[in-house]
Amino acid sequence: MSDATTPTQPRGGLADPAARRQLMSGVTPEPGSSKPDPILEVDNIVRQFGGMTAVDVGHLEVQRGIITALIGPNGAGKTTFFNLITGFDRPTSAGHGAHWSFDGANLDRTSASRVAKSGMVRTFQLTKALSRMTVMDNMMLGAQNQEGENLAKALFRPFWGAQEKQVEAKAVELLDRFSLLEKRKDYAGSLSGGQRKLLEMARALMSDPKMIMLDEPMAGVNPALTQSLLGHIQSLRDDGTTVLFVEHDMHVVRHISDWVVVMAEGRLVAEGPADTVMSNQAVIDAYLGAHHDTDLGDDALLSDATLEQLEKEVAEEEAEREEER
Amino acid sequence: MSRTSVLERGVATRAAALLGLFMLVAPLLLLLSSRSADAITLCLPKKDESACIAGTMGTRAKPIEGVDVILTKPDGSTETQTTEKDGKFSFTVTEPGNYLVGVDPDTLPDGSELRPPAQASLRGPDGALKVDNVQLGQNYGATLTVRDADFDDSTNKLDEFIQSAVNGIRLGLLLALASVGLSLIYGTTGLSNFAHAEQVTLGGMVGYGLVNVAGINLWLGGLGVLVICGFSGWFQDRVLWQPLRRRGLGLTQMMIVTIGLSLAMQYAFQYFVGADTKRVVVASATVRNFGPVTITDRSLAAMAISIVVLLLVGYALLRTRIGRATRAVSDNPALAQASGIDTDKVIRLVWTVAMALAGLSGILYALVVNGIKWDTGLQILLLLFAAVTLGGLGTAFGALLGSLVIGLVVELSPLVIPGDFKYAAALLILILLLLVRPQGLLGRAQRVG
Amino acid sequence: MDDIQQILNAMMREAVDPKTAAVALAVIGLNIHFGYTGLLNIGQSAFMLLGAYGFAISITQGWPLPVAILVGLLVAFVFALVLGVPTLQLRGDYLAIVTISAAEIVRYVGRSVGVEWLFDLTGGAQGIPGSRYRDPFTDLSFFGSGNTTLLPFNYLDVSESPLLRLAGWLVVIGLIWAAVQIGRGKIGLEGGARTGALLGLSLATILLVFFLAPVAAQNTGVEGWWFTVVAWVIVAIGLLLVLGLTRSPWGRALKGVREDEDAMRSLGKNVFAIKMQALVIGGLFGAVGGMMYVLPSTVQPDALGRNITFFAYTALLLGGAATIWGPVLGSLIFFVGRAAIIAGANTYLSSDQYINIMNRQQTSQFAFVVIGVALMLLVIFRPQGILGDKRELRFNV
Repeated sequence: MSDATTPTQPRGGLADPAARRQLMSGVTPEPGSSKPDPILEVDNIVRQFGGMTAVDVGHLEVQRGIITALIGPNGAGKTTFFNLITGFDRPTSAGHGAHWSFDGANLDRTSASRVAKSGMVRTFQLTKALSRMTVMDNMMLGAQNQEGENLAKALFRPFWGAQEKQVEAKAVELLDRFSLLEKRKDYAGSLSGGQRKLLEMARALMSDPKMIMLDEPMAGVNPALTQSLLGHIQSLRDDGTTVLFVEHDMHVVRHISDWVVVMAEGRLVAEGPADTVMSNQAVIDAYLGAHHDTDLGDDALLSDATLEQLEKEVAEEEAEREEER
Repeated sequence: MSRTSVLERGVATRAAALLGLFMLVAPLLLLLSSRSADAITLCLPKKDESACIAGTMGTRAKPIEGVDVILTKPDGSTETQTTEKDGKFSFTVTEPGNYLVGVDPDTLPDGSELRPPAQASLRGPDGALKVDNVQLGQNYGATLTVRDADFDDSTNKLDEFIQSAVNGIRLGLLLALASVGLSLIYGTTGLSNFAHAEQVTLGGMVGYGLVNVAGINLWLGGLGVLVICGFSGWFQDRVLWQPLRRRGLGLTQMMIVTIGLSLAMQYAFQYFVGADTKRVVVASATVRNFGPVTITDRSLAAMAISIVVLLLVGYALLRTRIGRATRAVSDNPALAQASGIDTDKVIRLVWTVAMALAGLSGILYALVVNGIKWDTGLQILLLLFAAVTLGGLGTAFGALLGSLVIGLVVELSPLVIPGDFKYAAALLILILLLLVRPQGLLGRAQRVG
Repeated sequence: MDDIQQILNAMMREAVDPKTAAVALAVIGLNIHFGYTGLLNIGQSAFMLLGAYGFAISITQGWPLPVAILVGLLVAFVFALVLGVPTLQLRGDYLAIVTISAAEIVRYVGRSVGVEWLFDLTGGAQGIPGSRYRDPFTDLSFFGSGNTTLLPFNYLDVSESPLLRLAGWLVVIGLIWAAVQIGRGKIGLEGGARTGALLGLSLATILLVFFLAPVAAQNTGVEGWWFTVVAWVIVAIGLLLVLGLTRSPWGRALKGVREDEDAMRSLGKNVFAIKMQALVIGGLFGAVGGMMYVLPSTVQPDALGRNITFFAYTALLLGGAATIWGPVLGSLIFFVGRAAIIAGANTYLSSDQYINIMNRQQTSQFAFVVIGVALMLLVIFRPQGILGDKRELRFNV
């Protein structure tokens, strides 16, 4: 644990940017560093497909109450990692030292629905709005612990009538907040892509989750809607919900994230605040590959000396790879 | 059909036949009885007064004389008759109820013993035959068989095993012809074709029409079946399946379309051909014996043809360009299309060949079991699905392997469990396999749930 | 007109037949499986058969009627568990293959003769004759003996004129059209007014239909009114149950599972439990349907085989999947339609008066061919059936 004192978090959240900076200032900007008050901790999550390792995360802690971004080039394993810790996929290392806990509770052998019930809710890269149901029904399904979903009680309205009204009121409030209220009776399939993203986010909030994990929330969304979504995400954090999101768009990341975790080739390569992490050499290499600032169109490069140098570097890299095997 | 299944064709049917025979023959025998003073007086049932329980020891060709046949009445008392040269016994009874017919073992010929009735529900104590629910005014036939006392069950078991295994391979080969197509259709289009078995029936029906009704030579008729059924496959894809695919119809909907097609075809067969069994070749088949194995000429020919055709199909899939393209589309249609393969052409070819093979399977099946009926397909549909799923949905070689396994299971299981359950056994194995290894024996392990 | 009247009478007899109500119950169960939850259960006939066996065998063993009914339900319940636990995690078409195989296994076991005690209970392929289990049910009848004609006051009392009957049928068609339009929301009525209008229209339609095509039957016989009334009352109760269930959060969860299981999991729902509950409830409806089906006839495994499941799907899709009235409407149209085709073919295509291209056996086969083709066309061109919502039913498992 770091030296910084652990401030108590009122459910009111860390709306003050200064408070957030102060909170994260004591955290070492290294992959797998410990956080003052982690809500999520994972250890030794490995996922292999055939001979290929898709994810190999040794240790990661996610700080409570802030917005953490998970970035990395395509194929880095971000969505796979998401699936692993939300119970939609099973790590190869399950039972061999894989461990993850959420808000103090052990999640090792947990199914996707139990993860959601314990307060960690996720959205999907390709929105899973229930298209052939109405927007309102979508929202109502988001609420957890509904008495009426119990088969024994379903036939008798007095058992669940009052709760249903409460859920409906909350749904109306959320739909209003996300500007979807006039669409409540429409089928979700008739919404535009961006509206469906909003619906999924609103639906995820129905259960008052402690942590919400957004898988590429800005994918396929027009710039105007992006601003709106960003605003919603920030207000989530301000209300005390921890946010972890996967994103490609660096401007978005820089704009709203309090902490950034970088993955490449299935591993964590860097962590830190948004501005410094971008200039981390490991991150740049991961995105652009080594030698990215070499102008390969420059003929002067083809001097013998350069060629020898390149050969040497290639040989070194090969040797490194051989050692790793 | 295997010996065992002919036997279990229902003692009920045989009893009914026996009953009918007696009703016709009994009055004649009354006339005959005056000729042969040796014969036991044959009983004639009188309504509300008496009933008859009668039979023959041994067979009509070799009756057994001098056997004491013991009838046990409902009240426990017994009546004995000794069989004469014609081996017949005939008891007149005046009380309705449950009777037992047995023999005194000491009076059987040396080295013989009474064989207990095959059907469990008819077995009484000491191997006697139960004749239950005797009503007055009826005739009841009692069949008692005798066998060698040193009837060695163990060697017979081995012989039975070999015979059943051969039958199993035969069934497996015929199933394979149909199931390869079914698997490839699934692989290339994702469709589970519930009408596939009716395509098999179609082959048998067309064979009946060409060879039996129109009198065409069997080999030419077989070729005709291939052509006509292949055309039906081509036609189906052209007129029905390709337009539906283009329309974007969901797989569930298409599956239900095949269900409707299956219904329509079954009853169309009944409509045009009738509900009874039709033969392709009317003459009886020549039976051959190879050691413990008894098999007809036609079965041998069917197996040989199946093997040759399956080898051809296998070669085509492995070595020809179109075959490799088919396997590629069956494995991953989107990827295959992206690589430039004309998937529509491949699918059209798959439908044509699959239906031709199914038709061939049908006519061979009709030759082997000596008949085709409107519901023949109904019986084998699930065996086909079991074979395909067992082997791995979408793989042709899996279908072949699965078919052989299912064929063997169906024919071998009567050796260990009652024969009625042989189809149920095959299906149960399918269900169990799906739980353990849903992708089948040769399928790839992808998320099946 | 007399020919047509005969055809209409044949159709009415089918509509009133308790077997139609029995199949409607099974289709209600199938609607829960497939219409609401998206479970591709092609083994509904097994639930019917097991319910029938459980019920009939219990009565032949001398157990009282309520116990027999419970046994039938219990057998179906256990079967649903046994079937569901391993297979509900499998993909749609795998579930289809497993359910249809399981149904065949039940049928084979029912027909078998090899195991003595089993054969004694089930009667093999011949089955259990109705006389052995029908009496406790018929004994309950308070309709008395004798015959009743419904309606006692019918067109025969007014006039034999075909015009009257024709006019009457036009009114019936109008009433039905109005009811369907209100049901589908095309004529905007809400709440109490809507229910009242629908009930009123339905009642008027039924009375008028019986007026135009009266049915005479015994009060308490095998083909009698007692069976019919009990059967349709059970259907009504079933509809009320389904209404209650589908309008509840549980019903909403079913639809959610049908749409996207992963989304439901991400919302914290126990998808397996929901599917299992749907399988059980739908199966229990099937069992009750099976019991009702065999009461007027025999428990024969081949009569409750694969084709009944196919007919159930046809009825379901015809009426409209995922609707309350769809199963009932679909079953009625299916059986009445089939009777119409058979009677019509008998009258016009198999007679010396008009055309004679088929014999009496062929007419019923012809009807089945029409049914098969109708199912295909229905699924291709109008998968939502009559009452279904098109937006809701482009199914794609």
